[in-house]
Amino acid sequence: MTGVTAPVTTAREGEPPGEGLVLDVRGLRMRYGSTDVLNGVDFVARPGEVVALLGPNGAGKTTTIEILEGFRMRSAGDVSVLGVDPAHGDENWRARVGVVLQSWRDHGKWRVRELLAHLGMYYGPYSTDKITRPWDADELIDAVGLTEHAQKKIKQLSGGQRRRLDVAIGIVGRPELLFLDEPTAGFDPEARREFHELVHRLSDEASTTIMLTTHDLDEAEKLADRILILAGGKIIADGSADELSRRMSTEAEIKWTRDGQRFVHSTTESTRYVHELFKQHGDAIGDLEVHRASLEDTYMALVREAESGQGDAVLREFAEITEVGTEAGA
Amino acid sequence: MNHTANAVRAGLARGWIELKQTATNGQDIFGNLLTPVILLIVMLSMRGDTLAGFPLSQAVFALPGVIGMNIMISGLMDIAGRLAVEREDGTLLRAKALPSGMVGYMVGKVVTVSGSALVVAAAIIVPGAFLFDGLRLDAGAWLGLLGILVLGLLATMPLGAIAGSFLTNPRAVGALMLPIAGLAAISGIFAPITLFPEWLQWIGQVFPMYWLGLGVRSALLPDAAVAIEIGESWRQLETVAVLGVWAVIGLVVAPVVLRRMARRESGAAVAQRRHKAMQRIT
Repeated sequence: MTGVTAPVTTAREGEPPGEGLVLDVRGLRMRYGSTDVLNGVDFVARPGEVVALLGPNGAGKTTTIEILEGFRMRSAGDVSVLGVDPAHGDENWRARVGVVLQSWRDHGKWRVRELLAHLGMYYGPYSTDKITRPWDADELIDAVGLTEHAQKKIKQLSGGQRRRLDVAIGIVGRPELLFLDEPTAGFDPEARREFHELVHRLSDEASTTIMLTTHDLDEAEKLADRILILAGGKIIADGSADELSRRMSTEAEIKWTRDGQRFVHSTTESTRYVHELFKQHGDAIGDLEVHRASLEDTYMALVREAESGQGDAVLREFAEITEVGTEAGA
Repeated sequence: MNHTANAVRAGLARGWIELKQTATNGQDIFGNLLTPVILLIVMLSMRGDTLAGFPLSQAVFALPGVIGMNIMISGLMDIAGRLAVEREDGTLLRAKALPSGMVGYMVGKVVTVSGSALVVAAAIIVPGAFLFDGLRLDAGAWLGLLGILVLGLLATMPLGAIAGSFLTNPRAVGALMLPIAGLAAISGIFAPITLFPEWLQWIGQVFPMYWLGLGVRSALLPDAAVAIEIGESWRQLETVAVLGVWAVIGLVVAPVVLRRMARRESGAAVAQRRHKAMQRIT
């Protein structure tokens, strides 16, 4: 087990612990009764980064996020969130963190604007030179696209509208760090796109650090600077979507047509194969497509390996990937 | 502490908003007024009855007692019920995610529940004043009623908060009604406690309800009515002492229990309770 985590830690040894990091998680463990849900989780997030946490159901994504939010005590490990241990975060720290949980049903009798203005009240004393808290209720309602529903009772909102309100509540205090647990569940494609724009705006304009969980790999690819895959109680991959699929030694699929016939071939040596193809057939080749493994393929391969008992060899392999990825990112 | 003061202000605003919501929601209005209406009907049926040694009808004896009983029901059941429901629907977790959010939440609850208790008391006393003769309704009476209302809520709301922290299922709150009904029977609410055997009188006098009834009677009944009470006295000092002791016990224990409950709140806990609730429905 130590052989697996060691390379990851080594890769970070160069930097001083916690310095300039919004999230710094080392050796995080969570045990319920006799089962270990988290088994030594390590990762970091830098200011302004958008990090997506992926993983199969029950992998411990929500548990991880709830520990970072300070809602849950951990069994072991060092955790620093905005430089503070979330288990002992004070109100000042609380004001800098935004939280959007998986499901809310609260405040059904309240009206949208009324609730946002009310919850904003709590953040008033926590303004700083750089950040004016809270976010103005009307501006915020506009930012999440709920203007025409501002006077509606919350229980009358549709699922997607309700979720947008949840996001609005999560950012009403202009957090420096925002946690989003499956933020787009129940969104139609348009709402999803608007939400993605909002996340980009938060990260670009307000340099909010964002950590989100999702089951939508496409979404992770679009939003995240970095993707973490949690499986078997550990982070088994850490890198950009591109890095993950490139370094994964899965095969690429090559499609082409020749003399009106379609061909498909899978190979790990796609460049060489295409070269050979043209050498052999020259101009007769048409409609050439080369698909590298998608994030989904990579994800499925990683998770399957981690879940099947023989995960250790694979894990070592990915520890190396992670190492290279971290160096490239630094 | 400026930040806490801000959260208290937010809590007051919260209580006021929730009270307005109650006042404009048909279901809540019905729920709040049902009990007073039933109790008024019960009292109407006692209008012709008399009690030995009591100068007025039994209805006039019962009316202040019923107000006292309802102060306890509000303080205990209303808080416990709201805590259990709002733990299940995530309101409490939302408060936990705010800076000083729990302070604001609890202040809000105190305002909402006190306001509802006041409405219920008014819904009994205003029609009662027209229906029954003999109530003392001068300035001193109102002041005394207000005093006992504040003291009663102080004595019972922390107990309600403790009960609400232990109940994991909002539908179990109804079960609290059983001991409360039992308590009402031995606390001399509808008939004087002096009619009961002495050992039962002692048990009744341990709990806040007897003293709440006595306190409201001392405020709303003419002096001649004291003859039917224990020791032919309103025992105002003892009332303040017993309710004060309950308040102190509650205010010491409740924060500990509430903090423990709040610490355990998490999204997963809310989701789990919701899952259970869905299973019960299907």
